[in-house]
Amino acid sequence: MAKIIVITSGKGGVGKTTTTAALGAGLAMRGKKTVVIDFDVGLRNLDMIMGCERRVVFDFINVIQGDARLSQALIKNRRLENLSILPTSQTRDKDALTHQGVEKVLDELRNDFDYVICDSPAGIERGAHLAMYYADEAVVVTNPEVSSVRDSDRVLGLLSSKTRRAEKGEEAVKAHLLLTRYDPARVAKGDMMKVEDVLEILSIPLLGIIPESPTVLKASNLGSPVVFDEQSNAGRAYADAVSRLMGEQIEMRALGPERRGLFQRLRWRTA
Amino acid sequence: MTLFGFLRRPKTASSAETAKERLQILLAHERQDRFGPEYLPLLQKDILAAVKKYVQVANDKVQIKLQRGAEVSTLEIDIELAAPPPVGLAPLPRHRSLLPRAT
Repeated sequence: MAKIIVITSGKGGVGKTTTTAALGAGLAMRGKKTVVIDFDVGLRNLDMIMGCERRVVFDFINVIQGDARLSQALIKNRRLENLSILPTSQTRDKDALTHQGVEKVLDELRNDFDYVICDSPAGIERGAHLAMYYADEAVVVTNPEVSSVRDSDRVLGLLSSKTRRAEKGEEAVKAHLLLTRYDPARVAKGDMMKVEDVLEILSIPLLGIIPESPTVLKASNLGSPVVFDEQSNAGRAYADAVSRLMGEQIEMRALGPERRGLFQRLRWRTA
Repeated sequence: MTLFGFLRRPKTASSAETAKERLQILLAHERQDRFGPEYLPLLQKDILAAVKKYVQVANDKVQIKLQRGAEVSTLEIDIELAAPPPVGLAPLPRHRSLLPRAT
């Protein structure tokens, strides 16, 4: 039975899709059978971040409407056998997502995978609602910035009231905070809120701190989840988050921006 | 106190501290509003119906506010009654509020 995890934030542009790709790939690297689903109907992007945009034939909406089988719509990652993506439709309207349809697809995926990761669209409307509705756990992606923290707080309220678990009175959806685009240098200068500040405000357990890093843009340029770049700070921070998601106790380290080694620095100077 | 401490400018709050304070104040209010929408409108309707059995009140003259504090929360119900009828008839009592107003 798979665990269903929603990657959500309320605010757009904070790193939900990057996080979905990185955590999904990270779990698969650790041997877990994982599928990532794009819930952003009409604004499909997870396929690009995962680097399989040219292999999309059928999508989530086709499966919901019975035009394709789930196995036809799932795309296997070229690098990792146990990582799949279910892309969404780029042309359809978000109303094509229905409770019944989403539930049926998730039920089917639950039996075949260890982790089902739902990439929520920004906002709190239909797509976002359905992405979180069936979740067992949630990763709330937040930037250390006022509008992002405010939106995350709003989303936490929805997770505790507008999900299946909440409506059925079951154990609450377990929410984790993932702080992204964190810049220790700006924190030291007092220009950016500290991890502790955001934690104090949102009061949910911390899954990880992803440093602001050029590696993230590079990874999206290449269509390769950032966790594959095991040398980068962002890649390592995501790998740590994956371990914590799997229940391991790992010390939290706020990795700064990339540091050049002495040798590289010398080379850079003479270049 | 460092030797040359007096040379430094007095410390002002960093922008990050300001951000945190603004968020804490704002979210305290927004979280308040989060509780209530479920039952407050219904409660408002029921109270209005009960009051109407005895006095005439307009639908928009009943206000309900929920204030959540650290120790206690107060439910404030404010019912505005119409002005008493002209002199000659027995005046109706004028209630401003069924509960003392929280200050």
